[in-house]
Amino acid sequence: MRPPVEKFAREIAPEKVANVSSASATRVISRIKALAEAFEDPDAARRHAAEVKNYVLDNLKDLLIQLEAKCQENGIRVYWAKDGERARQIALEICRATYPEGGTIVKAKSMVTEEIHLNPFLEENGYRPVETDLGEYVVQLEHETPSHIVAPIVHMNRGQVANAFEREGLGPRTEDPVELTMQARAKLRSHFREAQIGISGVNFAVAETGRLVLVENEGNNRLSTTAPVVHIAFMGIEKILPCEPDLALFLRLLGCSATAQHMTGYVHLISGPRKEERDGPREVHLILLDNGRSRILRSQYREILRCIRCGACQNVCPVYRQVSGHAYHYVYSGPIGAVLAPALDGVEKMGWVAKASSLCGACEEVCPVCIPIPRMLLQIRDESVRAGAVKDSVPWHLFAKAATSGWQWRAGLKLLPMASKMPHPLKQGWTEYRAMPHRVGRPFRSWWNERR
Amino acid sequence: MTVKLMLTCLCDAFYGEVGIATVRVLEHAGCKVEFPAGQTCCGQPPFNAGDWEASRSVARHWREVFFGSPQSEIRNPKSAIRDPKSEIVVAPSSSCAAMIREGYPLMFGYDDHLPVFELSEFLVDHLGIDKWPIGPAPQPGQKTKIAFHQACHGRGIGLKDQQIRLLASMQGIEIVPIDQPEQCCGFGGAFSIGHPTVSAAIGKQKLKRVVESGATILVSGDMGCLIHLQGLIEKEGLKIEVRHFAEILAEAIPAKVPA
Repeated sequence: MRPPVEKFAREIAPEKVANVSSASATRVISRIKALAEAFEDPDAARRHAAEVKNYVLDNLKDLLIQLEAKCQENGIRVYWAKDGERARQIALEICRATYPEGGTIVKAKSMVTEEIHLNPFLEENGYRPVETDLGEYVVQLEHETPSHIVAPIVHMNRGQVANAFEREGLGPRTEDPVELTMQARAKLRSHFREAQIGISGVNFAVAETGRLVLVENEGNNRLSTTAPVVHIAFMGIEKILPCEPDLALFLRLLGCSATAQHMTGYVHLISGPRKEERDGPREVHLILLDNGRSRILRSQYREILRCIRCGACQNVCPVYRQVSGHAYHYVYSGPIGAVLAPALDGVEKMGWVAKASSLCGACEEVCPVCIPIPRMLLQIRDESVRAGAVKDSVPWHLFAKAATSGWQWRAGLKLLPMASKMPHPLKQGWTEYRAMPHRVGRPFRSWWNERR
Repeated sequence: MTVKLMLTCLCDAFYGEVGIATVRVLEHAGCKVEFPAGQTCCGQPPFNAGDWEASRSVARHWREVFFGSPQSEIRNPKSAIRDPKSEIVVAPSSSCAAMIREGYPLMFGYDDHLPVFELSEFLVDHLGIDKWPIGPAPQPGQKTKIAFHQACHGRGIGLKDQQIRLLASMQGIEIVPIDQPEQCCGFGGAFSIGHPTVSAAIGKQKLKRVVESGATILVSGDMGCLIHLQGLIEKEGLKIEVRHFAEILAEAIPAKVPA
């Protein structure tokens, strides 16, 4: 049985790999440049950000209570959801109260709503969620899932987008990116006009002031959160920051790491529903989602909750580049997904994904909050083996037996040239693409013994 | 200074010349080299596979062979260097050094970083060597163009450009840049067998960049990367020669002139 990521790699279209690889490589280079321009010492900035996030995790309960109180002062209604099911129900109750007959809901890009599979649920209940981020919009038209946290259609090229738009009747076929964007824009404007509810995620929530911070480049978040009567924001409980000055660091770090921007085109600081203003939503709802995060907080994978969802680890990952996000069969993919999937859903179901890594460590090197992803991948592998969730094809206990006895080891080495000629199922994984290794030059031990 | 050579299992099994070169390099740097014959493997293959029980038993054997007892007292690598009586282990591999310095503490749950060093880390950081070979070297006629691949596990021990610096200091060597040098070779131990298509695709991309660089010799500091890349080169019929950097260093040591 082949591991799922390997199976996916055998079937993926070369075109898709080319799209992901070239886009990722470009992002890796531009990220380094942006960070170097934005910070005198980018590594010090990353370490500081990690410390702020550690403080958040150490004081999560208090900060959440503070956030709730401050949000309520601002007129934001706050809900606590222990899992996706509860979060979906809360959202449905709000939708029913506003829009009992069903209708269009505009959605700003949000990974947490992907995590709880909100769109199919809303559709089952008579609503029509429309993704308004350009990439997410294409994903929705194609009935796909995002293949990257920040760039959902990194696996596609403009020809494929053109085909989708033509099929949906958005306009005459064109591969011009500006034309394509204008076609989507025209269509999306009609949705913004008719929708009574807007749904978004949250990039940061500031406990000190009860403000919700959203970043974006397309303006669709602004429209989604201000044009409709009701704004529902979903947020994982770890997305909190203690106070507003922290934004000075985090907005830049996120912009540089995600899209090589010192600051995204738009930054929204949402302080609640309209008061004396003539526009803006009449209601703002904040749904705080746990969905396994409290459990992660108490586990050895705690530091994964520092993640600010920039996708830099995906861009730099050699495995991700070869297979795209879809190979991971999970909302979050690449190195961050390989830890989050088993941490959120358990090693029994998702432990296998941690094996899809060469443990090269590039992810940790680029992480804006210094998450030790390779260490966690190893811990997940250990936990998976102990839980019997993942079976390794190599009988390691036999290897350990030979490797703990000097004479057995030396005898094994003598047999190696012969053994390497014998067929064995394990060898196929090596020989399909590579020649068998062979001895080069003199064996060390005989040289050493003769020399003495 | 006396150092113990950690040969690594790959050099024990396949690449004896790399071990021989490492001994010659260390001796040229003024060290007395010992070779504990009971050594086998550091335990990284089962560690990476998630079988930590098997890995721990190999690790205990390793400690016994190199440090006398499986429960030897906690050492600090930095202070061990300054202590002339201390036992230092040198390996021609950042991957194996990282296993002992970072993997063992994670696996056993203690904060014990044993004095085990990768070869260039030892030469540059601890012996202060910044030019190779030491002393006068014959002027070579022509420079050999090499492409250098930095093994990813150097990240685990904080290895920077020590290997490149030593190579760059040599008269007869020209290092040609390759595109996206930070990218992995795709080996990853058991990953290369469990995910062969992914592993080979990453490796082929690395080799493509080497070919594009114009170099015909690919040098690295870890035989793990090179066993995989060599296998790909042979299967693909590419004209690239792979060498460990210790071999390049050893070949530049001037022959002793009889007094």
